[in-house]
Amino acid sequence: MITLAHFIVLGAILFCIAVAGLFINRKNVIVLLMSIELLLLAVNINFVAFSRFGHDVAGQVFVFFILTVAAAESAIGLAILVLLFRNRSTVNVAEIDSMKG
Amino acid sequence: MPTINDILVLLPEFYLVAAACLLLLMDAFIKPEQRGTLHWCSIVVLLVAIYLVIAGQPDVTVTAFGNMFIRDPASEIIKVFVLLCTVLVFIFSRPYLIDRKRFVGEFYTLMIFAVIGVMLMVSAGNLVMIYLGLEMLTLSSYALVALNRDSPLSSEAAIKYFVLGALTSGMLLYGMSMVYGAAGTLDLAQLHEAIAQGTVSRLMVFGLIFMLVGIAFELGAAPFHMWIPDVYQGASTPVTTFIASVSKLAAFGLAWRLLDTGLAGLSNYWQPMLAVISVLSMGIGNLVALVQTNIKRMLAYSTIAHMGFLLMGITNATPGGYASAMFYAICYALMSTVAFGVVLAMARAGFECEEISDLKGLNERSPWFAGMMAISMFSLAGVPPLFGFYAKYLVLQAAINAGYLWLAICGIVMAIIGLWYYLHVIKVMYFDQPEEGGATVSASDSSLRVVLSLNGLALLALGVYWGPLLGWCRRSLGLS
Repeated sequence: MITLAHFIVLGAILFCIAVAGLFINRKNVIVLLMSIELLLLAVNINFVAFSRFGHDVAGQVFVFFILTVAAAESAIGLAILVLLFRNRSTVNVAEIDSMKG
Repeated sequence: MPTINDILVLLPEFYLVAAACLLLLMDAFIKPEQRGTLHWCSIVVLLVAIYLVIAGQPDVTVTAFGNMFIRDPASEIIKVFVLLCTVLVFIFSRPYLIDRKRFVGEFYTLMIFAVIGVMLMVSAGNLVMIYLGLEMLTLSSYALVALNRDSPLSSEAAIKYFVLGALTSGMLLYGMSMVYGAAGTLDLAQLHEAIAQGTVSRLMVFGLIFMLVGIAFELGAAPFHMWIPDVYQGASTPVTTFIASVSKLAAFGLAWRLLDTGLAGLSNYWQPMLAVISVLSMGIGNLVALVQTNIKRMLAYSTIAHMGFLLMGITNATPGGYASAMFYAICYALMSTVAFGVVLAMARAGFECEEISDLKGLNERSPWFAGMMAISMFSLAGVPPLFGFYAKYLVLQAAINAGYLWLAICGIVMAIIGLWYYLHVIKVMYFDQPEEGGATVSASDSSLRVVLSLNGLALLALGVYWGPLLGWCRRSLGLS
């Protein structure tokens, strides 16, 4: 029997993978964008699970909004990424460090 | 079913959406040399929006669209000042944008869309609305930071802002999902009710922590402040002015909506957390600002310190505390527009006022604007009888009333440390010799000169006559 706890743990694991992807990754900005998507999907699993087990449909409606905003967010993220590559000819996270202090 | 009354409650927001779309169309059809018309139209649009917000101000709380939207006096104040600060940003930016050949319509429409996001967020009655309003603000801000297309610094700032912003909006959402799971509702009023009836589970407190991360990031409070210095430095100065004034007011609105309207019953949990965030921000902000040489970076660390002071007011968790924090947020927004306004006025074609040393001897060349900068710096430092002093006094009082005497003492010590770097700017302006081709306010734009002067003088006037503004803030939160 799959219970609510299973879904929450799955959501938490995905969330941790996404946060780890953001912090450990030193190579590529595109991986950061992928991690951000994963982060939002982890949240979606939580919302759908709570909504299903709590018999309240509002959580599933929220998921639709999150999916839409995530699409807009990745569009802007990719646009900024293209800009960054045009200006600096690199997408390496370790090299994006001209401002410090 | 939505009725016509629902739409009337949202009249300022609907009007602004329609106007922003029209401005976007107008920009597509006019010739580049007529863009001045767009500038003035945008300002008129915002002034009319201020009128609609004030004229339609309800005496009591009105809700629309099934409690999705709450129109109450406190959110109205934030909206008025957000719109006002945007007008100031538009007026201060025009010569700068023209000199750099970046006088484009996107600048205006993106900012107006960000303002619509703020207006929806501070009036949100539901976690969904808070999230959507916040995203509308932040997505527009990412694009604004990246607007300076050919600058490597600006695109670097934009990607940093984007990644950290997306991470924290994910955190905020994760917190929201936990709170939703614990309370079974997304509606802020019902959430308030559920907590009052004693359903405080560990799950909810767990969610609260994630939501606090989101709030602290929006405010730019330590330890979630990493984006502030880079974005302030990398973004072009008009955008920095916008982020320093409008998005700080918005962040206060977010904190107040979530923590007061929704999670007031959990104040035992979030008060100590906010106190720690507050003291960390004041410490990191003031100490790191001491060693900055770039004026925008220095003002960024000063923002972090000021957000620590603002959080002191919220830590009080009573209407009086929120009123003092709101007063502080308004005060900070108006002070930062003056500081960045002078920086904008000094920049001209081929010369960016970026370093503090660029201000050398400003007093000899442009004594009036050196005076404005001095007023702003003294006010930011909290020197009486300027605006910033009374705002600081109120939040310190709020912290003491809430039983956080140690927090207030830390605040006073940090304010004294902070004096040093504000006075350093004044020393550079008044006692250093000017360099060839250096500091002067050469902008001949009279609207910039007049409005910047009025904004500076307002800091003096509000330092003495703070009563009406404070009264307005207190009344809006239900105090006499």
